[in-house]
Amino acid sequence: MSTGPGTADPVGPPHPPPAGADGLEAARTRLWEAVRVRDAEGATAAVHAPLDQGYDMESVLLDVIAPVQARVGREWAGNRMTVAEEHAATALNDRVVGALSAHPASRPGAPRGRVAVACVDGEWHALPARLLAEVLRVRGWEVDFLGAHVPSAHLVDHLHTTGPDAVALSSSLATRLPTAHAAVTACQAIGVPVLVGGAAFGAEGQYARLIGADAWAPDARGAAGLLAAGLPRPVPKGGGQPVDALPYLADQEYTMVGRTRPRLVRQVMGGLETRFPAMAEYGAAQRQRTAEDLAHVVDFLAAALYTDDDRLFGDFLVWTAGVLNSRGVPDRSLDPALELLAGILQDFPRSNRILAAGLASLAAARGAVDEGRPPGRTTENPPETEEFA
Amino acid sequence: MQASSSGSQDVDRAPSGPAQAWRNAPCPVVVTTGGGALADLNGAAELLLAGARPGTPLAGTPLSWLAGAHPAPGPDAGSGPVGGRVGERSFAAYPTGGDGGDTVWWLLDDTEEQAARTALREERERSAFLASASDELLASLNVDRSMETVARLSARHLADAAVVVAPPSGRWLPVTYADSSGEVTFRRLGAQAEDVPGLREALQGFPPVPSRWIDPAALPDWAVPEGFAGPVGSVVITPLPGHGVPAGALILLRRSGTAAFSDGEETFARLFATRAGAALSAASLYSEQARVTRTLMRDLLPPRLRQVHGVEFAGGYRAAEHRERVGGDFYDVHPGGAADQESFVVLGDVCGKGLDAAVLTGKIRNTLHALLPLAGDHDRVLNLLNDALLSLQDTRFATLVLASAVRDGERVRLRLTSAGHPAPLLVRADGRVEPAETHGSLVGVLPAVRSVTAEVSLAPGETCLLYTDGITEARGGPFGDELFGEERLQEALTECAGMPAEAVVERVQMLAAQWTGGGRKDDMAVVAVTAPYPGGGPGERAGR
Repeated sequence: MSTGPGTADPVGPPHPPPAGADGLEAARTRLWEAVRVRDAEGATAAVHAPLDQGYDMESVLLDVIAPVQARVGREWAGNRMTVAEEHAATALNDRVVGALSAHPASRPGAPRGRVAVACVDGEWHALPARLLAEVLRVRGWEVDFLGAHVPSAHLVDHLHTTGPDAVALSSSLATRLPTAHAAVTACQAIGVPVLVGGAAFGAEGQYARLIGADAWAPDARGAAGLLAAGLPRPVPKGGGQPVDALPYLADQEYTMVGRTRPRLVRQVMGGLETRFPAMAEYGAAQRQRTAEDLAHVVDFLAAALYTDDDRLFGDFLVWTAGVLNSRGVPDRSLDPALELLAGILQDFPRSNRILAAGLASLAAARGAVDEGRPPGRTTENPPETEEFA
Repeated sequence: MQASSSGSQDVDRAPSGPAQAWRNAPCPVVVTTGGGALADLNGAAELLLAGARPGTPLAGTPLSWLAGAHPAPGPDAGSGPVGGRVGERSFAAYPTGGDGGDTVWWLLDDTEEQAARTALREERERSAFLASASDELLASLNVDRSMETVARLSARHLADAAVVVAPPSGRWLPVTYADSSGEVTFRRLGAQAEDVPGLREALQGFPPVPSRWIDPAALPDWAVPEGFAGPVGSVVITPLPGHGVPAGALILLRRSGTAAFSDGEETFARLFATRAGAALSAASLYSEQARVTRTLMRDLLPPRLRQVHGVEFAGGYRAAEHRERVGGDFYDVHPGGAADQESFVVLGDVCGKGLDAAVLTGKIRNTLHALLPLAGDHDRVLNLLNDALLSLQDTRFATLVLASAVRDGERVRLRLTSAGHPAPLLVRADGRVEPAETHGSLVGVLPAVRSVTAEVSLAPGETCLLYTDGITEARGGPFGDELFGEERLQEALTECAGMPAEAVVERVQMLAAQWTGGGRKDDMAVVAVTAPYPGGGPGERAGR
């Protein structure tokens, strides 16, 4: 098969920058403007322009669409975009990827092997995985894109049927790590190596190593490079090999916290109501949101127990504080919830360590923002101003 | 006899006493000099060494290995034994200190022990290999992958190269080659199994035939892997018996000069072949079943939806059980024949779950497809479907929603009819959410269906959502045991005004799935019918 101008070189820079090197920057701006106002025709035109200027497909996928999608996420977190706008923009980006496959630059390169690309069960953000699938397809791989939210049983069925060289698994939420762990070990048990990617696996891929993934890549180009180099097949150890990689799970704290989530949420809600009588005035919707936020806190506590990593929980709290603040909700409402949780889980040493570290992370983040104002003022705040999400 | 003869020599040659006790030892004992010569030996040693005399250099006796062991002055008493052979027997020589730099070696016969050790080691290696081979073989249910594993393991552990021949498929003979470096290649050959003596019989699988040695000269070129160094010295054809089905045959090749197979090795090869055959046949049975399932399932899977005649359609489906792909919920979209003709949408729910329910959904979808020309009258379609279901003698019933949609200028006109199903929800541009005013009785129970059709119109950015009760009856939430409920669904939809159809579907599916966590108990189906913005987006008209 000929390697036309649209075929990316797997090792070096994808393509020499053609004339008008601001083409990608301009395309990003145009695409962002288009998806912001749901202009489908404008979005399609925005991504075709750099292709017509001679940029290759991979650059358009990864240097135009991916950054714009990342911006969509940031705008939502910063409350500059509603949920509806975020979904509409994402759907539009997804359509744009589909529209690109008709472009001549989308012709696949020399045939390589076969690879399956899927999102972990419970993972709904399919676009990063889809971009990787497209990049791999253009590089010559035969790609089976299984989409968002793929149950492990379906994934394993697919792998048995197609026997690919590797599977690429995407997950953005650290709370899905136990599920990802199950999926990774299931694939490895049938001799298929697993490459993982996405924010769930940590900024340096530390959780990918923890759950024993065969490879981790920080981005689609890295993933394509690792797959091109070839992943050795894991040698199956036979059924029923115990997982001894996470010995601390023997304390059952992860299992207990995960299983009793509804009760923990209820107890913390009760505690907050006693502490802040104003909460009794909350409407059903507000109570619902508070409960959902508490459920998230418990989910991330469980994930931190699973990985035995204080930072995972601390990073989540700092991020949540940012999201709350951008919506005009004081993030100090987090502290009493964490303190209540620590009280309920007083017999759980690892949970208490993680909760204490989480409170410290929040305080440190506030210190950085407030420039020296003493943290931990929660209890001094008049209860009337307290609001938990 | 021995004792008396050696005793008499002892008396002749040297003084007796406690220091000379070795002379009467029941095992051979020799004394060696630091210079590597035989200084002395007892009767048992004389018998063993057949006439060796004191003064002979060790190198000239069957004990030459002792000279090599300690060339320098004698070792310290108590250092470890040295092993070596004398004729057929194996000995461990234990040194003790002698006079003036001499070493006294006590030779203990350990022939049987060594043989037992060797047998044990080999047996351990084989069972370790069989255990790890079984793990590798049983791991995959993929036929190509299993063939590759069988070829690779055979080439590494049983021979210099291995060729796995699968039962012929049509005119083709699938052949997998492996050499001892682990390199595996797969070919689909136009060759005949008859080319190799005994291969046809081995491929038939049943009745099982024994392994067969064949003349290497009778081997056709295709049965030797490319790049096989040197001529083929020995060849054995071993059948791979599967689960009552032929799984293939294994051709093992060894180079000239390499030892042919021993009895032990052949038994071992057979044990391996049994496991390999079981793995291969499991894989081929699985792939055949999977192929049949895929074919039968194709018509039961929900279709992919897209924009048709200026109306956006999107659908989402999730079966109750993790393993299932189909269930009792279903949807279908039949595009109108032309832009001004209605597209026909159906979404429904058959009572029950799993494959049995899915089969009934297939019948309903086929029936509705046939009734398409009558889609202008929903009530009539429902009654004809009702008659058909009653005649199926299936006691199950179904609830469903019919929708006919057509573009009307910038708007989309819809006729909606519910038959015992939750009414579709209309998501208005300003975020209001209202149920469509339609109701009717379920199908498949009563002799006639009564229904009321609602006529509605969607402005650009507005959506009509059809859903099954799997969404609203999803149980979970932060407190663990609450229903998702229609109220929460409506609240979620207020945020969906102006969204493209697929975004609405994804949003609803995501919220319901997150609500249940991992504990999904019911099928869920959603279809969104959306009036798109002209030109693809609201542009400036969205008031941003």
